[in-house]
Amino acid sequence: MGGVGEERRSLPPTSNDPVGLNAYLILAALVFSVGLAGVLTRRNAIGILLGIELMLNAVNINLAAFSRFGGDLTGVVFALFTIAITVAEMGVGLALVIAIFRARRTVEADRLDLLKG
Amino acid sequence: MAAQDLRDALVVLALPFAAFLLLGVVRPLRRRGRLAGIVSIVAVAAALVVAVRLELFGAGSDAVGLWPWLPGDGGPMASVGAVVDVLSRKMLVLVTLVSLLVQIYSLGYLHEESAPGLGRYFAYHALFAFSMLGLVLSPSFLQMFIFWELVGLCSYLLIGYYYDRPSAARAAVKAFWITRLGDLGFVAGIVMLWAATGTFDFAPLFAMAKEGTIPFEGFGLVMFLIYLGAVGKSAQFPLHVWLPDAMEGPTPVSALIHAATMVTAGVFMVTRAYPLFVAAPDVLWLIGTVGAFTALLAATMACVENDIKRVLAYSTVSQLSFMMAAIGSGVPRAGFLHLLTHGLFKALLFLGAGAVIHAVGTNDIFRMGRLFRALPGTGTVFLVGTLALAGIPPLPGFFSKEAILTGVWESGRTGVFAVLALTAFLTAFYMFRVMFVAFFGRAHAPYEHAHDAPPSMAVPLWVLAGLTVLAGLRLAMGGGEEHAPPWLLALSLALAVAGFVLAWAAYQAGVVSASALASTFPLSLVDSLARRRYFLDALYAGLYRGVMLGFSRLIGWIDRYLVDGLLNFLSACTLRGGDLLRGIQSGRAQDYLYGVAFGLLALVVWAQLWLRRP
Repeated sequence: MGGVGEERRSLPPTSNDPVGLNAYLILAALVFSVGLAGVLTRRNAIGILLGIELMLNAVNINLAAFSRFGGDLTGVVFALFTIAITVAEMGVGLALVIAIFRARRTVEADRLDLLKG
Repeated sequence: MAAQDLRDALVVLALPFAAFLLLGVVRPLRRRGRLAGIVSIVAVAAALVVAVRLELFGAGSDAVGLWPWLPGDGGPMASVGAVVDVLSRKMLVLVTLVSLLVQIYSLGYLHEESAPGLGRYFAYHALFAFSMLGLVLSPSFLQMFIFWELVGLCSYLLIGYYYDRPSAARAAVKAFWITRLGDLGFVAGIVMLWAATGTFDFAPLFAMAKEGTIPFEGFGLVMFLIYLGAVGKSAQFPLHVWLPDAMEGPTPVSALIHAATMVTAGVFMVTRAYPLFVAAPDVLWLIGTVGAFTALLAATMACVENDIKRVLAYSTVSQLSFMMAAIGSGVPRAGFLHLLTHGLFKALLFLGAGAVIHAVGTNDIFRMGRLFRALPGTGTVFLVGTLALAGIPPLPGFFSKEAILTGVWESGRTGVFAVLALTAFLTAFYMFRVMFVAFFGRAHAPYEHAHDAPPSMAVPLWVLAGLTVLAGLRLAMGGGEEHAPPWLLALSLALAVAGFVLAWAAYQAGVVSASALASTFPLSLVDSLARRRYFLDALYAGLYRGVMLGFSRLIGWIDRYLVDGLLNFLSACTLRGGDLLRGIQSGRAQDYLYGVAFGLLALVVWAQLWLRRP
């Protein structure tokens, strides 16, 4: 890694950061859990989409934190990609929700059980 | 010349087979009925002509043709072919002659049958003629066994000709299975003989017997097993029970297969293999003893039977046993002579009985009576047959039976001789009993419709009667070779006459009451036993019901409850498990996500706790 790392552009050292990497990771874990809980428990499809959004943002926090503390910009770039993809995914997700609403006059996740065996 | 003889014999064999193939393959021809019959009759008639030419103008020397069949290491394992000698030449004539006459007779006897049924009947007949001819020409045990089974098959098919009648279907199956029982021994014996000597062919086997290689260790058992085949086929005790039941078939079939030809196959086989049987004296002794015993047993049953065909059937069993007893006593020539003459007059009697049944519509002799007046032609030929069977000179039965008695007497087997003499007396008695009750006695029913047989039936009857008389005359003139002691001739004649007189006294003149005679001790015992067929049928039925069906039920129970039970249990488990697991497929995406999330969590925990353990 040594030779390659020197060529990369790196952020300034972060030894003076008031909180450590763990604080970010815990925050990300909490946000992820909140998002997961929302996805699993919300009855409304919009709520589920919001939960997904939270989970993705928890990932972004992780990526940014690792990038910051690892001294590597790759993580930030990844986070940017994630945000872009999240936007696109939201567009598709909301469009699907609207289509489902038009077809079934409901977006209650409990009643969307066509996969039932 | 010998090659010419061989070729002739093969032609005789091929003709009925060609007829069978034609009838079997060409469906429209078979379904034409009478036309099919004519095809078969022409083929057998041509075969008869060739067979007669072979007998009268052939080279006279023995000829054997062998062709390798089953390839094996160091030469063929088995061969097929034909053997032309005194035995097979005479049998060819007998088989083709009786086949031909019976087939012609059948055209008249079965004239009310449907055309397809008649075509089937003649196809079977052609197959039978082929099989029987192949059997008598066989130069090896293996080929004989194949044709042996073929004639058994034909017998089964023809007994069951009226397959829509349950009793006929049952009788066919019974005949098939009981003869199979004997054949099991036959095939086992052949294979054991082959394992010991390495050949199926008669000629090398006979040579071995001559030079003393045979008997080897265990030879007696081998010959006993081979004899078992003859026990089944020629209806020897205790496997004789199928033959009377075989009378369910059409009467011409009974005449051809169950009197003149097929049932004699056992006798023929033992005669053919006689040089081997000689090397096993114990088996030969057994053949003679069983033969004499069966002869008497069947004769007593014939004395109490009221069904005309069954009387003749028991008589056939009795006469076949006569032949067996002759072979067992060391006089196969006499046995074979009786086979030939018996083939003639028993076919005559059966066909005569068929004509009677055809005319009066019943088998029960006590529902007939005074038939001689209504059916003079049939009565005359039946009388010829009766005299021949009873052993009245100059008819052939007298000479062949007397040859057997002489041979048995000279062999020193006094017990067998006494039993056979008693049987000869009973033979005369039961045949004249039928004669008096059915043809001369009081009329038991009016016969407005009784009429003599139509020409197609009458001609074979007269031909057979004529041949019987001719054969008798020929034997009377050339019969001096046996040198029977005069007292034996007198005894033979006296026995026949005594039987005649007793039957006359009991059933015609009424001097002796038949029922009173039957109720005096020891006759009463024999009478009641014979009427119950010595409990043999009951024994077989009991064995079948108790042992066979019991065993089958046990096996059935195991299959139904253990084997099927295991499978049913497994399938029930699968079904219940499926029902249980179906509940988790709710169709809601969130429920699946729960599974994914917690599954992932469980994996992580597992990885942390177990895989990372120091």
